[in-house]
Amino acid sequence: MSGHATYQPQSGFMKWMERRLPIAGLVYSSFVAYPTPRNLNYWWTFGGILSVMLVIQIITGITLAMHYTPHVDLAFKSVESIMRDVNYGWLLRYVHANGASMFFAAAYIHMFRGMYYGSYKDPREVLWILGVILLLLMIATGFMGYVLPWGQMSFWAATVITNLFSAIPVVGESVVSWLWGGYSVGNPTLQRFYSLHYLLPFVIAGVVVLHVWALHVVGQNNPTGIDPKTDKDTVPFTPYATIKDSFFLALFFIVFSFFIFYMPNFMGHADNYIPANPAVTPSHIVPEWYYLPFYAILRAIPNKLLGVGALGASIVILAFLPWLDTSRVRSARYRPYFKQLFWVFVAVCIGLGWLGGKPAEGGYVIASRLLTAYYFAHFLIILPLLGIFEKTKPLPNSISESVLPPTTAGTR
Amino acid sequence: MTFKRAIPAFVVAAGLLALAGRPGIAQEHAHETPEPPAQKWSFAGPFGKFDRGQLQRGFKVYREVCANCHSLSLVSFRNLFEKGGPEFTEAQAQTVAGEFKVKDGPNDQGEMFDRPGRLADHFPPPFPNEQAARVSNGGAYPPDLSVIAKARTYERGLARLPMDLVTQYQEQGVDYIVALLKGYEKTPADMQMAPGMMYNKYFPSHGIAMPPPISDGQVTFDDGSPATVDQYAKDVAAFLAWTAEPHLENRKQTGFVVMVFLIVLSGLLYFTKKRVWHDVHAHP
Amino acid sequence: MTTASSAEPTRRDFLYIATGAVGAIGAASVLVPLIAQMNPDASTIAAGAPIDVDLAPIAEGQAIKVFWRGKPIYINHRTKKEIDEARNVDLATLPDPQPDSARVKEGHANFQVLIGICTHLGCIPLAHQGDFDGYFCPCHGSQYDTSGRIRRGPAPANLPLPPYEFVSDTKIRIG
Repeated sequence: MSGHATYQPQSGFMKWMERRLPIAGLVYSSFVAYPTPRNLNYWWTFGGILSVMLVIQIITGITLAMHYTPHVDLAFKSVESIMRDVNYGWLLRYVHANGASMFFAAAYIHMFRGMYYGSYKDPREVLWILGVILLLLMIATGFMGYVLPWGQMSFWAATVITNLFSAIPVVGESVVSWLWGGYSVGNPTLQRFYSLHYLLPFVIAGVVVLHVWALHVVGQNNPTGIDPKTDKDTVPFTPYATIKDSFFLALFFIVFSFFIFYMPNFMGHADNYIPANPAVTPSHIVPEWYYLPFYAILRAIPNKLLGVGALGASIVILAFLPWLDTSRVRSARYRPYFKQLFWVFVAVCIGLGWLGGKPAEGGYVIASRLLTAYYFAHFLIILPLLGIFEKTKPLPNSISESVLPPTTAGTR
Repeated sequence: MTFKRAIPAFVVAAGLLALAGRPGIAQEHAHETPEPPAQKWSFAGPFGKFDRGQLQRGFKVYREVCANCHSLSLVSFRNLFEKGGPEFTEAQAQTVAGEFKVKDGPNDQGEMFDRPGRLADHFPPPFPNEQAARVSNGGAYPPDLSVIAKARTYERGLARLPMDLVTQYQEQGVDYIVALLKGYEKTPADMQMAPGMMYNKYFPSHGIAMPPPISDGQVTFDDGSPATVDQYAKDVAAFLAWTAEPHLENRKQTGFVVMVFLIVLSGLLYFTKKRVWHDVHAHP
Repeated sequence: MTTASSAEPTRRDFLYIATGAVGAIGAASVLVPLIAQMNPDASTIAAGAPIDVDLAPIAEGQAIKVFWRGKPIYINHRTKKEIDEARNVDLATLPDPQPDSARVKEGHANFQVLIGICTHLGCIPLAHQGDFDGYFCPCHGSQYDTSGRIRRGPAPANLPLPPYEFVSDTKIRIG
């Protein structure tokens, strides 16, 4: 294995530059020589995929913004003129719309991977919390972006979600009116959402830099959850991680392209092709699929304030995960009970997602309540207790020992 | 990561859901809205293309029947001869445009005036505004038809989702339009229709303000296609599928190229990855 | 890591080059829609279709301004004096020599049709102004004559002519 050498500028200009702005050295140490555990599996490629998705969303978003008009009378028409008249406009819009779904799908896989392998544990708490902040920013950005086409779902999503803030005691109504810039969702609301929808992705990009920085300080976790001990446990980021990421990114693009080119409206709602009409609420209003689990939690609780509180808590609780999980062992590989309960938790989240898309009536409400209770119990009861009582399996001595046949391990 | 352990967990969760979900699903309704029957469409599937003859017939139906009440405000006359649509000749599109009166102005006298349409114009609305449309239609507002094929759907459910992905089924809206146009029936004895409302089997809640818009023999086709409501419904629905998604053909064709490219690239990246990692696996 | 470097291209090199090349093709293709989207869209192109202008209401000595493709088009119904001025110029003295006859349609020398965009930096010159009775650009002082030819000032060329034709004696089609 080659050592993790530092950057040595070759040309005279690069030497001159490196003494003044060592950017080449920074790139080299962060994305070339940076040591990554040799045993990372494909679940670890989603970090890279997410960075690419952010770039795709920003680029297509900027081009769409060149043709979009944030005005209640023109927004729907301008989106349709993008779809009809702008050169490749249909492609840009479908990439952007389906890109949001793919972005969230990748983010959820990335998060579940972190949960399975205990990537949030000491010393990666700040890295994890930055991730939760990114999720919150993504939720806000995605929501405001969904409002922009100004279809029926856009309008009523804006109405319902901004009304969540009316649950705040005393000042709720004032806050909502402040968010709207009027007495109801209207043109001022659309314009500010457009402005913020343009701004937030750059905030996300900034927090991503912090996220990657924090990652490079503490190093990547890996499927064993134990720290690399020697050079033998790691490989340089380039070419090993880059080529692996690229391969899986290409596979990810195949799925992405399937939706863009063949099922572009599959993840959308038919109602959003009806122009916004403040006089008529669609009979069945649901958010995009990636908000459905949170939406189910909101509707599970029959009290307005508590429902909104539960919705917020279901995301914020993630930030406390590093301290709620009391186990010293990171990876689920060596935690037999945690591993099963992890998959139960995944199933509960999917179940909540399914329920979020169903009408809030009868058995669906009861099921939502059960699953909501389980969701919180997983964090507040199961994880703290499991860490204390679970008998974990013995950990391997090193990463190389875990991945290599016993005969070759430790020889070189 | 072993997924085997997860299977029992999924089973438990699914069972829990099924149990809890039952009462909601089993709700009975006296007059269920039946599901629109799935039609065969030339533009369905990964290699779908519009049937030009069908779009031209559908346009004739729209123009002679629907256009009396429904606008098509997002479509321009020039779209009629653009590639991937009905592909009329430019001269035909010009003639169609000339037969519509488009409001323009103000002129030098400060007055609005009507002039014959141009290729760059959108289809003019049949009524000057929503209120005028309502007055003429017994209080109901005939919706714009430009994207109606994408704006209508019916619940497909989670169970059919995987199969819909495989077959790329996304013609719910078009199927619904066909079903609606053919779905007028005598009001069942146990149902009361509000005055001016018609019974339609496929319309949600069944009471629709639009009277049966078309009858056999109403529109004459030049290509010898049968002059039946069935044929009219399919043709006009296909036409509306095109107005809703005018770049459908281009999209699917581009998609094929992109897919082939990505599969080749993935293959190459796979072997490159194997090659790069070979040394790590062979000589630790 | 073993690095058996040799001058001979190996199968591995071929694989790397092929992968890199295909990846580069993909990256380049992505640029096509990103660049093309800024070109005029279909509605803009369609709106740029030819327009008809009725010349009958334009009195002698009057200039009107119409818009075609977002550009101001001057239609000047020239007087006899203006035509004579335009024709009695020594072409050798002009910065951009062009006879007046080449700047009007044959038999319609009384109508001067030109794009009213100064060839200096795109301002709109004022009609019937300046030292040559033609057009005067207020931005940087370019002076054009009654034929729209540059006579003095920073503009490098004569005012351009739009494509147009006479459909009848009193009607032109621009575009």
